[in-house]
Amino acid sequence: MNRVVITGAGTINALAHDVTGTLEAFREGRCGITELEIRDRDRLSIQIGGQVHNWDPEAHFNRQQIVLYDKFTQFTLLAAREAVAQAGLNFDGHLGYETGVVLGTAGGGVNTWDENYRAVYEEGKNRVHPFVVPKLMNNAAASHLSMEFNLKGPAFSVATACASSNHAMGLAFQMVRSGGAKAMLTGGSESMLCFGGIKAWEGLRVMSKDACRPFSLNRNGMVQGEGAAIFVFEDHDHARARGAEILAEVAGFAMTSDASDIVMPSKQGAARAIGGALRDARISGDRVGYINAHGTGTAANDKTECAAVADVFGPHADRLMISSTKSMHGHLIGGTGAVELLACIMALRDGVIAPTIGYEEPDPECALDVVPNTAREAQVDVVLSNAFAFGGLNAVLALRRA
Amino acid sequence: MAQTVKDRVVAIIAEQAVLDPSDISPESTLESLGIDSLGLVESIFAIEEAFDISVPFNANDPAESGFDISTVASIVAAVEALVAARPA
Repeated sequence: MNRVVITGAGTINALAHDVTGTLEAFREGRCGITELEIRDRDRLSIQIGGQVHNWDPEAHFNRQQIVLYDKFTQFTLLAAREAVAQAGLNFDGHLGYETGVVLGTAGGGVNTWDENYRAVYEEGKNRVHPFVVPKLMNNAAASHLSMEFNLKGPAFSVATACASSNHAMGLAFQMVRSGGAKAMLTGGSESMLCFGGIKAWEGLRVMSKDACRPFSLNRNGMVQGEGAAIFVFEDHDHARARGAEILAEVAGFAMTSDASDIVMPSKQGAARAIGGALRDARISGDRVGYINAHGTGTAANDKTECAAVADVFGPHADRLMISSTKSMHGHLIGGTGAVELLACIMALRDGVIAPTIGYEEPDPECALDVVPNTAREAQVDVVLSNAFAFGGLNAVLALRRA
Repeated sequence: MAQTVKDRVVAIIAEQAVLDPSDISPESTLESLGIDSLGLVESIFAIEEAFDISVPFNANDPAESGFDISTVASIVAAVEALVAARPA
């Protein structure tokens, strides 16, 4: 089994258009959730989101690219360019055959669906642009990434709702670990902040109208976000041999299914995934210093997640830190685990734990150290990243300091 | 004769509970009728559609939604108030 390390990271999200800016926002506990700027906002009852502002696709892509790239693909490519530049890898030669891409997205090209449904249903048009299908398909971002960087190994997308990114990164990790690939580009992307994308979520009545306050007694729901984060996962010996800077080691991964309910989370399913990731990494629970929580800010998730952590870690649950950065960038659905992995890397590399902002009142059912409102300096050696999706699909990654 | 608000709300709840409307008493709780959280949001959606109203309900915090779901009678009363407040 090969060791797997992260040698590049890139992102765009509501907090910033790059990693440096995002980590700065994490340190400052800055909130990127704002009033939405989208068409027909006045017909929505939910009018806030973690939206990417000042997005100018023409600054990054030419006209021929833009007609083929939905926003979720644009976000992916921008993040991937940053990650690949940091890694310093070139895939033009043999490495291209040994490198692939696995990306998470729940909805794929939701803006493209939305715009073209408008055209045919609302405006009564009988013709749509010829590229609608290649633009909206879930694998479009993975395919365009493979084309931009000449990645000719395994390439596909994973859609497991809110766990998509963690499932994608877990699979990429397993491929490099098993020797199936030398390197993988992985992470996730989502861009659902359009009228139809938000209207669908409104229906479930789990959204907050004012803020995402994970673990706080007065939390009242989730807030959607958008963006992407992409990482270069690389064989440890390959990275060492070329003198690459190692951001963190991916040590373990586990996924479980609750097999119980299509929306309600299960403590057992979450706990089995957390415990499984530790066993896979061969790390004992008391070495975990920080958990990046799924922490959606819904009543059900946060108490179930805290109960699962308490079950797995026993007395150590009161010594570790657990925070939800969704309070800052919103819930990126299929891209969320990827953006949140940045907080895990920051904890390991910089010794700074991103806070749970918007925290107002302790909840006895979430009685853990949730790093309320202010970032904290702490040296941690092992961190976890949780993702628990609708459908009862759980995926947890374990990272170790390089 | 036109159905009352109560009759229509009870019919919606009965359909969700897979029961006959005559089996639904005003004191029944949704839990006692076997209606779970998904059944609840589906019932609220059906009520909104039936009466053309907007029900203020957040599944994260039912107690503070201003829409009392504790019993069938409280739901009927809340819907009657929303229907009465509906713009003519």
